[in-house]
Amino acid sequence: MFEIVAFYLFAFLTVSMFSITVFTNNSLYALSSLAAGMIFISAFFFLLGAEFLGAVQIVVYTGAVMALYAFGMMFFDSLSTVKENIKNPRLVFLLTGISSLIVVLIFTAPIIESNINAHYPVNTELGNSQQVGIILFTKYLVPFEIAAVMLLVAMIGGIILAGKKMNVSYTELSEEQIDALEKEEKERNK
Amino acid sequence: MSLNAYLILSAILFFIGMLGVLRRKNLLMLFFSTEIMLNSVNVGLAAVSKFQEDITGQMFAFFIVAVAASEVAIGLGLLILWYKKKGSINLDTLQSMKG
Repeated sequence: MFEIVAFYLFAFLTVSMFSITVFTNNSLYALSSLAAGMIFISAFFFLLGAEFLGAVQIVVYTGAVMALYAFGMMFFDSLSTVKENIKNPRLVFLLTGISSLIVVLIFTAPIIESNINAHYPVNTELGNSQQVGIILFTKYLVPFEIAAVMLLVAMIGGIILAGKKMNVSYTELSEEQIDALEKEEKERNK
Repeated sequence: MSLNAYLILSAILFFIGMLGVLRRKNLLMLFFSTEIMLNSVNVGLAAVSKFQEDITGQMFAFFIVAVAASEVAIGLGLLILWYKKKGSINLDTLQSMKG
């Protein structure tokens, strides 16, 4: 009973929040509703017994990814409404086609399901976090380290891409030097 | 709840994200839509993991979270560069990259 109520409540909340994200013309509303939707998504992970994944969802998505988007939006004029002109009649055909295909696949999934054996079965004696740790650091150690290297490369790449012209430290310069630099910059942009 | 309920929810969220990818012209909104799609797939993977009693689905969801985080870092850096260059993050300004 509890699970059914929670499932439908959070399903309604996530679908409405993500719809706001997709259909609004204000990028600030889009960002806030996306963050809210991410938090509601974590409720499904807790319902499904994947507590560690739920915590990761809150920490990584709402903590890191949303903060990064909020930081990035400072560079764009985020308060002005987004102007878009779209005339695409093929969109409806494409979406209905793909969605009907996926719905058919979902309803035939139980037929395929009967032939599947669990590769790494869930151990009921251990908690979810403990189990995730055991599998992640034994069976999935190499992909885990590749993911770590990928995150490092992405971090350095992001800093280099976003932080061009950061070789001059303004805190170490005097007022006159800063004025001279700004004048030089203005003349270069002309 | 059955596996189908979770999978249908995942599909609905995926279509919302896909509609966003196909409909929006603002690159930041496109990024938001891809995040929605990645999240919906994570829900599906966790649901299959629960009902098949197999932890592999959760592992894949973790790697998807890692990929999404690095995608945001690189993508946002490129977006800031593009905005500095063109003064707009509309998808139509990318037409100049056409070969």
